[in-house]
Amino acid sequence: MTAHTDPTGKKLGMWLFLYTEIVLFGGLFVLYAVYFAGYTEDFIAGAKELDLFFGVVNTIILLISSFCVAAGVTAVQKAHYRIALAGLWGALACGAIFLVNKYIEWGHKFAHGIYPGSDRLVDGPGGQNLFFGLYFVTTGLHGLHIIIGMTLLAVSLVLVTRQKITPKNNAMLDNSGLYWHLVDLIWIFIFPLFYLVV
Amino acid sequence: MTSFYQTPEPAGFTGIRSWLITFDHKRIALLYLFSILFWFLLAVTLGGLIRLELMFPGKTVLGAQMYNSVFTLHGVIMIFLFIIPALPAIFGNFFLPIHIGAEDVYFPRLNLLSWYLYMAGGIVAIVSLFSDGFPDTGWTFYVPFSISTNTNVSTAVFAAFILGFSSMLTGLNFITTIHKMRAKTMGWLQLPLFTWSLYATAWVQLLATPVITITLVLVVVERLFNVGLFDPARGGDPILYQHLFWIYSHPAVYIMILPGMGVISEIIPVSARKSIFGYKAIVASSLAIAIAGSLVWAHHMYTSGMSDTAVFVFSLLTFVVAIPSAIKVFSWVATLYKGAIEMTPPLLFSLCFIYLFSVGGLTGLVLGAAGANIHVHDTHFVVAHFHFTMFGGTGFAFFAALHYWWPKMFGKMYDFKKAYIAAILVTVGFMLHYVPMFVLGLQGMPRRYYDYLPQYAAGNFFAGFGALFMIAGIGLMMVNLLTSLARERTAAADDPWGGVTLEWTIPSPPPLHNFAKDPEVMDYPYDFTKVAAVGPGAAPMDPETGK
Ligand code: HEM
Ligand SMILES: [Cu+2]
Repeated sequence: MTAHTDPTGKKLGMWLFLYTEIVLFGGLFVLYAVYFAGYTEDFIAGAKELDLFFGVVNTIILLISSFCVAAGVTAVQKAHYRIALAGLWGALACGAIFLVNKYIEWGHKFAHGIYPGSDRLVDGPGGQNLFFGLYFVTTGLHGLHIIIGMTLLAVSLVLVTRQKITPKNNAMLDNSGLYWHLVDLIWIFIFPLFYLVV
Repeated sequence: MTSFYQTPEPAGFTGIRSWLITFDHKRIALLYLFSILFWFLLAVTLGGLIRLELMFPGKTVLGAQMYNSVFTLHGVIMIFLFIIPALPAIFGNFFLPIHIGAEDVYFPRLNLLSWYLYMAGGIVAIVSLFSDGFPDTGWTFYVPFSISTNTNVSTAVFAAFILGFSSMLTGLNFITTIHKMRAKTMGWLQLPLFTWSLYATAWVQLLATPVITITLVLVVVERLFNVGLFDPARGGDPILYQHLFWIYSHPAVYIMILPGMGVISEIIPVSARKSIFGYKAIVASSLAIAIAGSLVWAHHMYTSGMSDTAVFVFSLLTFVVAIPSAIKVFSWVATLYKGAIEMTPPLLFSLCFIYLFSVGGLTGLVLGAAGANIHVHDTHFVVAHFHFTMFGGTGFAFFAALHYWWPKMFGKMYDFKKAYIAAILVTVGFMLHYVPMFVLGLQGMPRRYYDYLPQYAAGNFFAGFGALFMIAGIGLMMVNLLTSLARERTAAADDPWGGVTLEWTIPSPPPLHNFAKDPEVMDYPYDFTKVAAVGPGAAPMDPETGK
């Protein structure tokens, strides 16, 4: 009667799931690779038009958020709930700032007539259309993942407040943390691909 | 002992409602069983309509547009709602935990969630029927047509997206379960072969499904925002869609067939009272199929305009995947050789499986060879080939599994005679239906056309009769199985076939808690020395008396 499940299985399941997320973005990266090989010049020109400032700031913000989450996870293991809550709040705040930045950044692009199907992209060189097309699709999907990650962290936060997450029973928090790190990691790939190809 | 049908019900959730909130893997398996049967029968009806339309030249019952929608819906349901989930979700859920001596899967709630996602996907597919007309793209959703047609492709694609998610979560659940919940004394080489095949399948599900997810997302994105990623006029490359689609969808055919092979590997040794020939070779070939099968996707694209080198490489790799499949067929046949064979309905279905699947596999080599492929690409030859593998293969394995495990799941035995008649009707009808399609394809009749030239009339007319027999056989089989539930006198024995894997050591139907005490794991999962000592033919029960 093997009814009792050991907690490592929950982590195993989460790792397998994270793997599928990597492949999901992997599909977009494959498209990027193929089109980059075909339209190298256009991609470089496109990268120059992206605002490096926003890219760098968002990268730093996500790194800080990952630190906050890691601190929160460790704090719960030591039963320091105040620190854990602070970490989670910090990470949520970072996520929110990231989204606001993205909103402003996209807004600038829209204002310059750069959005899917815009005249400038449709009539311009095909390579630039693809670069910005991939940019919007990839960062849009990543933004969606940020929102999902924030939801998971918010649920964990509530559970910590209600003392449902304890040093012995912290799989939910652990897994939310893993998810957040993954979303962060994916950004670490997106950032150089789109902002730094020169 | 009370069975899992008499599970205590929480207040407010009695009767059918207690099933909708159950976490028990056996109950979830039955939820899947009945929902999948529903979709299957619906799609069979649609298949019959296609056949009826094609029976006579010119318009018969469906118009051209209607025909396109019907074959799309037929394909979408058969692939995403029947053949991919059927064996893992029903029999995997029911028997995988029992096979490894566990109480349940590792994530019971996720398991229920997968079922709800499955139902949601089905409902969304139906919703797309009633708004703007059902998609007419075929189940492959090829761009540019899928992006430009006015029918409701986005909804159908979204349905496929949800269904993919559901199947992926089931795979994730199984991998974790096998790794973490095996009985303490059970090593990897003591796993039953059905469980092994589910393990290999689960990995393919997990590795490949995210690719279709992103592909479908891109179709929706293109329809909504018109980005132009696959539009040559705007720099995109249409063939990239086909690559992404087949990187999932070719491995998906192994998601469909591997569990079927697992079922046959269970039934053959039990029916022959003989340890399976080449246990390790079968395990290794499952894994080899899973790996090699992921590398051959572009054999669907020989005519799409790939480089000659690519055509050559993919053609070669395609021939390589045939080897592990052949290893399994040889192992089954070798197991039967000099066995003490007891004919039963599951065995008859398994034998039909071996034959039909072999034909499907061999014609697959015709399609894998680039030269021959160019002649028969997108003709009825292809339609015949994939029905031989998917329907003759997985479909028949599904029928075999139904007849093999039905007594265990419900504690009821069905009528053997009707089961034999149904098996023969389905098989003969199958041959009459699809063999003419090989000929039609070689003559050049294209697929997905609702009308044809006069020289194809005779073949289509005969094929129509085959479909009729086949559908009648399926109907008889369903009636036979379902009426068995109503009749009291045919209770099933705990081990009607003389099987030795763990599910046969517990009562039929199983109790709520699978194992009252730790199960005894055999050193070797197909050791029939004890059964054989009683003498061949002694173990199976008499279908009339149930003793
Ligand atoms: C009574 C059973 C069935 C009948 C009468 C039937 C009939 C047909 C016919 C005539 C077509 C050809 C459409 C065309 O290319 O013009 C077709 C397509 C197809 N069938 Fe079946 N079929 C049956 C069972 C199945 C099963 C069990 C499966 C799945 C395992 C299946 C999967 C498909 C798929 C995927 C297509 C391709 C649709 C497309 O081209 O988009 N069918 N069927
Ligand atoms: Cu293929």
